[in-house]
Amino acid sequence: MRVALFVPCYVDQFYPKVAIATLHLLTRLGVEVEFPAGQTCCGQPMANGGFEDYTKRCNRNFVQQFQGYDYIVSPSGSCVLHVKDHLHDDTNETAATTIRQRVYELCEFLTDVLKVDNLDARFKGKVALHQGCHGQRGLQLGSPSERMLPFFSKPLQLLQMVQGVEIVPLNRGDECCGFGGTFCVTEEAVSVAMGNSKLNDYRQNGAEVLTGTDMSCLMHQEGLIKRQQLPIRVMHIAEILAGTT
Amino acid sequence: MSFTHHSHPDAAKDFVQNTERMKWHDEALWFVRAKRDRIAHTVPDWEELRNQASAIKQHTLSNLDVYLQQFEEQAIAHGVQVHWAADAREHNEIVLKLLNQVGAKKIVKSKSMLTEECHLNPWLEQHGIEVVDTDLGERIVQLRKEPPSHIVLPAIHIKKEEVGELFHEFLGTEEGASDPQYLTNAAREHLRQKFLAADAAITGVNFAIAETGGFVVCTNEGNADLGAHLAKMHIACMGIEKVIPKTADLGVFLRLLARSATGQAITTYSSHFLKPAQGTEMHIVIVDNGRTTQLGREAFRNSLKCIRCGACMNTCPVYRRSGGHSYHNAVAGPIGAILAPNIDMKEYADLPFASTLCGSCSDVCPVKIDIHNQLYQWRQELTREGYAPAGKKMAMKMMGNVLASPKKYSFSGKLARKLLKWFPKLSVNGRLNPWGRQRDLPDVPEQSFREWYQQQSSQKQSR
Amino acid sequence: MSRQQILDAIRKNKPELVAAPVPFQYLSMGEDLAPAFVAALEKVGGVVVILKERSDIAATVQEHYQEMTRIADFVNHPRNSNQALLHDAASIEVAVLEGQLGVAENGAIWMQESDCISRALPFITQHLVLVLDKKKLVASMHGAYAQIDTTKEGFGVFIAGPSKTADIEQSLVIGAHGAKSLLVLLIG
Repeated sequence: MRVALFVPCYVDQFYPKVAIATLHLLTRLGVEVEFPAGQTCCGQPMANGGFEDYTKRCNRNFVQQFQGYDYIVSPSGSCVLHVKDHLHDDTNETAATTIRQRVYELCEFLTDVLKVDNLDARFKGKVALHQGCHGQRGLQLGSPSERMLPFFSKPLQLLQMVQGVEIVPLNRGDECCGFGGTFCVTEEAVSVAMGNSKLNDYRQNGAEVLTGTDMSCLMHQEGLIKRQQLPIRVMHIAEILAGTT
Repeated sequence: MSFTHHSHPDAAKDFVQNTERMKWHDEALWFVRAKRDRIAHTVPDWEELRNQASAIKQHTLSNLDVYLQQFEEQAIAHGVQVHWAADAREHNEIVLKLLNQVGAKKIVKSKSMLTEECHLNPWLEQHGIEVVDTDLGERIVQLRKEPPSHIVLPAIHIKKEEVGELFHEFLGTEEGASDPQYLTNAAREHLRQKFLAADAAITGVNFAIAETGGFVVCTNEGNADLGAHLAKMHIACMGIEKVIPKTADLGVFLRLLARSATGQAITTYSSHFLKPAQGTEMHIVIVDNGRTTQLGREAFRNSLKCIRCGACMNTCPVYRRSGGHSYHNAVAGPIGAILAPNIDMKEYADLPFASTLCGSCSDVCPVKIDIHNQLYQWRQELTREGYAPAGKKMAMKMMGNVLASPKKYSFSGKLARKLLKWFPKLSVNGRLNPWGRQRDLPDVPEQSFREWYQQQSSQKQSR
Repeated sequence: MSRQQILDAIRKNKPELVAAPVPFQYLSMGEDLAPAFVAALEKVGGVVVILKERSDIAATVQEHYQEMTRIADFVNHPRNSNQALLHDAASIEVAVLEGQLGVAENGAIWMQESDCISRALPFITQHLVLVLDKKKLVASMHGAYAQIDTTKEGFGVFIAGPSKTADIEQSLVIGAHGAKSLLVLLIG
């Protein structure tokens, strides 16, 4: 099984610890992971901004980097969804199609491919899970609150395997945090208002730690938390699952 | 009642600035969304119903000309007069002509988003006709000289104290009174007089049934019925997308509509009009106003499935915090943002960007319109058509260049981290960078992941 | 002409024909529909009284609306006996009418034009009483449309509860423009 690690650009640059935790977690679960060195970005920032046409060469690079692997795994639901929905390469569409089918967000790779039912990990704390929208609704990592489906949540399922974790319930479990890519700067006022609602929800329910499947949502909320000096630690779910406290 | 142009982010910022009101608005709409969730949970075949509704609409759109003709033929056979309008102007002219034919001067109107879209009220008023909106929420915004901020809850942005002041001024209610029961009762008395005196009634249409030529209008207040049944003339205005093939299809749509809209099992009144009552006239105006163009846009045509329940607004985390008026369009929220650019790309180029693409709208939609995907597609379309700001275009082009090349990417990443380390204030402070106005940037690490990874690999090799 | 122009534009722009779905396969709700119907109606502000005999109708209405005198009862009395009242329909306090069919999932009652006596009556009366035979309950809207014929008369309506609005700050107010209360007498 050849598994490639796809590290989103902003994680690479600003949150290397999240990628390291992902790598350690996968390695500990017996997966041999390669990191294709020439990878850059999935192209989502341009595409969501309306400039899909400017992602062509970025996409081509992505295909070159990730073709030939059995699985491509990434600690980001949003980037994975973008690849799944929008990765095309007119010079190598077959490879692009294969990649779209083989790309997995970390949690779903653990629950659906590795079928993990036991994690040797400990973490003490009251944890709020932010279900990033692209993972939650786009990749269906969990049952969205709008749909009338039996409840499930892959990230939650994994968190519950970690000893010592206490999950706090939220008033609006899968409400968007307001990050939204360029939205967070073009609609700053609304974006911040949305983020603040999330923070209120965490605080009302006594969360000490905020986690999620997407560092982008967490970066936005962490920015607010730090500015307001709130007593909430922010960690990517890979860090908790890896038990590296 | 038109909008002075003000782009969504600016208008939304104004709305958000009043934190207390913004929170109240968010809670009021979340309350409706939660009600919708609760009632949908009691319907075991909810997801199947959505599939069915979507399939019926998709089928109808693919055979729309046939169904519209069938509807027309049947309606005429039942003594109803049918008119066709290519655009808003023609719609307004037809309505005016019909009213003038019988010398109607006093009109009562129940909720119709189509007539809002066509700006019918100011047109009729210009021609000396009094139009009274009879839905309570619509009457409130009409007296305030505002457009509705929500398609189902037109006055959702207004507080009861403000309604109290308004009614004190216009209906003579007690000063300072703000009890909804009291205010509603005052409106009831006021509007009863209007109903009884009306020369003609205008209503919208929720569903037009091809096989019978009948149409259905849904209200909770009973205002459409009081208007239509008491006046000598009933004019019903509908977009071409309102037609459905069969009466049996109503079973599917009426089960979804009110549950999605307000969390009720059904609206209080679901009125089925087929023939004019004795001694009265009934007219139907079928309006295009850009809909056939939308039908021709493959990526966007299924927005015509919309049954105007407003669920996407109630659930939209952006709409809930930016208010309906920040969309500068008759239909606000996610559905409005995908309908509006079809009519005028330049005017509404900002609306598809008023979203985080969270997808809640698509999941809540009773007819399964892929709203958030269409928002994404509109962004591409608008950019291709040249409606993106020049500065953004340049930035995006640069970003595209950097991200296409691993070398440029590594170099820029390193540079960016260095700059942030050296000049953190640049990005954190001040108004120059909207990120930093209310948010800190992450701590800048010494190494990127790829640098760390390389280091690890070379250490391993040297060992 | 716009008609032709619109139809031509549709023909030009519509997608290839998509087949109509097979009729909706709805779930059944079991045999005894009355409890669900009553619960649904009460939820929307209706009041339900179950009567054994139709002969109890008049007394029940009187008891329920003790203060009212302008009662137009079309269930116990023939139409022509209420002509004077109908003439000034806006002054009617209570109208008593017969419903054709009730829907258990939402408490809605189907009435056609002839059941309404005049189209405006169920809406303009201050209070509405609907009499419904228990045997005329169906589980869902699908079942309702399978039974009713919407083409038989010029107008028909499903009524579920008294008129209401929540347009002022989402607070529910019963009695918007239509009837301020709905009493349903379920017979049998």
